[in-house]
Amino acid sequence: MAITVARPKLNWRERMYLPAIAAGMAITIKHFKNMILGRTKVTMQYPEEKWDSSMPEHYRGAPALVRDTDGRVRCVACQLCEFICPPRAIKIVAGEIPSTDRFAKVEKYPEEFDIDMVRCIFCGMCEEVCPEQAIFLRKDYAITGFTRDQMVHHKEKLLEIGGVMHGVVLKWNEKK
Amino acid sequence: MSNQTANAPQMFNVQVDGVWHQFPKGTRVIEACEQAGSYVPRYCYHKKLSSPGNCRMCLIEMGLPKLGPDRKPELGADGKPVINWMPRPQISCAQDVAEGMGVRTNSPLVKECQRGVMEFLLINHPLDCPICDQAGECRLQEFSVEYGTSESRFLENKVKKPKNVELGPRVTLDDERCILCSRCIRFCQEIAKDDVLGFLDRGSHTVLTAHPGKRLENNYSLNTVDICPVGALTSSDFRFKMRVWFLKETKSICTSCATGCNTVIGTREDIIYRQTPRENDAVNSCWMCDYGRLNFDYLQSERRLLEPRIFLGDKFAAVDWPTAIAHAALQLKQFSGWEIAVVASGRMTNEELWLTAQLARALDVQLIDIVARTGPGDDILLSTDRNPNTNGARLLGVTSEPGAKLPVIAEAVKSGHVKALVALGENPIDFAISVEQLSDLPAFIVMDILANTATEHATVVLPSLGFAEKRGSMINGKGRLQRLNRAVRGPGNARDDWEILRDLLQALTGSNGIYSIDDVFRQMSEAVPQFAGLSLSKIGDLGVQVMQARESPPPPVDEASDIEKGEAKKPPGRSR
Repeated sequence: MAITVARPKLNWRERMYLPAIAAGMAITIKHFKNMILGRTKVTMQYPEEKWDSSMPEHYRGAPALVRDTDGRVRCVACQLCEFICPPRAIKIVAGEIPSTDRFAKVEKYPEEFDIDMVRCIFCGMCEEVCPEQAIFLRKDYAITGFTRDQMVHHKEKLLEIGGVMHGVVLKWNEKK
Repeated sequence: MSNQTANAPQMFNVQVDGVWHQFPKGTRVIEACEQAGSYVPRYCYHKKLSSPGNCRMCLIEMGLPKLGPDRKPELGADGKPVINWMPRPQISCAQDVAEGMGVRTNSPLVKECQRGVMEFLLINHPLDCPICDQAGECRLQEFSVEYGTSESRFLENKVKKPKNVELGPRVTLDDERCILCSRCIRFCQEIAKDDVLGFLDRGSHTVLTAHPGKRLENNYSLNTVDICPVGALTSSDFRFKMRVWFLKETKSICTSCATGCNTVIGTREDIIYRQTPRENDAVNSCWMCDYGRLNFDYLQSERRLLEPRIFLGDKFAAVDWPTAIAHAALQLKQFSGWEIAVVASGRMTNEELWLTAQLARALDVQLIDIVARTGPGDDILLSTDRNPNTNGARLLGVTSEPGAKLPVIAEAVKSGHVKALVALGENPIDFAISVEQLSDLPAFIVMDILANTATEHATVVLPSLGFAEKRGSMINGKGRLQRLNRAVRGPGNARDDWEILRDLLQALTGSNGIYSIDDVFRQMSEAVPQFAGLSLSKIGDLGVQVMQARESPPPPVDEASDIEKGEAKKPPGRSR
């Protein structure tokens, strides 16, 4: 059913329109003057200019896997991030580290680690839940691709974005 | 609870957390508390094993009635005995209830004890939960949250112990995670009758290990993984495959032998990751054998039949289901009942066998039998009859003596009397029919799940489903009707066996009013007196006894039974 909206009753000042036009012109002229004097900051010329430098510390961009200073991939494929991920963007296949490997004592590593960036909502739950300090949200925000497959970040891509993380706990070093 | 006999057991009044309950004589205090609704945490106690009382997690406060000068219990204002509480806590797992006993499970003293025990257990625990397969179903995690503290006061270095030890072909040991509850040792001694595990060294340095020169390789070794309350013993097969919290659990039964152990199938996204036993005291207690437990890989085989196929002219053509069924029906209609033989399988469910019997009746087929399948059994669970539903086939009239008619069928195929052979889940090459004879048959209809030499020579191939992909019922060796449940979806275009048989029956005889598997069971329950009044849902999770045992039932599996060690301890080979 259609609803009839009552028109507001205008007083004589409003009906004349001229005061409103004058007020509007005043604002326009103020901006014009500021622009001429170079006081107004206009649109950032993205992508020639980027706002990366002014990004806050807590910015949540693309999730990424990190290595520690020993060069070990921190992730041990516990799959807690896969479990917590609200849009189910993460998919992990665990594997066993061979006994000849330098890090054999860690026993488990991610054979495959895929994050579907079409699904990712940048909530940061994976970083929060990670018991190994292995996944962090980095500052990358421009994630592009021509197909859905290109939008899936595989393990290599995630490690490339992540790089080396300093100052994390090296708890496995104490293990035999 | 060993003394619950039919003629009224002696009952004791016991006060649990201030409320008086009655328990039969012989009830363990820990069980009594659980029945009264006060769960007592425990690590070493397992109701099917003896109680060594070594984990100290089940400490409670206990008291006995205060006796007056006349040696009779003093009664309080409420007419109940006054309880004389013992000054120190007692373990509830090694104590039976007594008349007038009092138990406190959540007093400040008990809570302090539980906190202390948890702290001791975690002193040397490696805290490698992120890589531990037990995480998610770990008693140490659960009780740590419920009864422990959130931080450790210990600054000393943790004791290092062997990790990632291969204890046997199917069990991996991590000694740092072990809390020395000795459940696995007792299981091997008391249930598996294969004493291979023991503790070495003393104090903080105690480790679980196999006796020198021995390995944990008996056919029940994976039960130690189930009862291990922590991640010390883990399954090598399941190792790092999937975290347990992702698994969807479906109650079903094992179909690897006639025992029909009750199981839980753990799946995720239509892939089976593990099978674990489910408690049913009438069948398998809390255990199952490794052979049955690991016998599910073939369902994910590359050789699965995915599309119905018919042999037209000189080559196979993948067709849709109606065409395949119509083609099969057309081929069968060409021959009289004497020219057709049906080989069913003892691995089929009752519903499928019932429809097979109907089909045989509709075609007037006399040559119908199942393939007998035997293997070495033991006195614990594994039956010599490796068909899960031989009793069902007998009851539904598909066979009178499994395998007796197979030589007759083979002879008739050889001599050319039989012109149409219907093989349901069985390979005729197994009972001395050669490949040439099969390829010479004018009609050879195969319903199976895996491709084999026989399916290459079939005129019609009907892909069906495996045990974890369908619903249905089976009767185990002891005559107990049990239910299979669908845990995963079948692959490709494979269809439920009963639907294929129903469609074939309808193509031959017209509509029979069967639209669901419950309809099949209803029809069966009207015709078979043993199934009267039952339905698939009424079978329930634990099954119903419908027949007298045909084979001698295996002796009960509990600590009291005194069975000799089973001779046949063969490592689990995958069948099929």
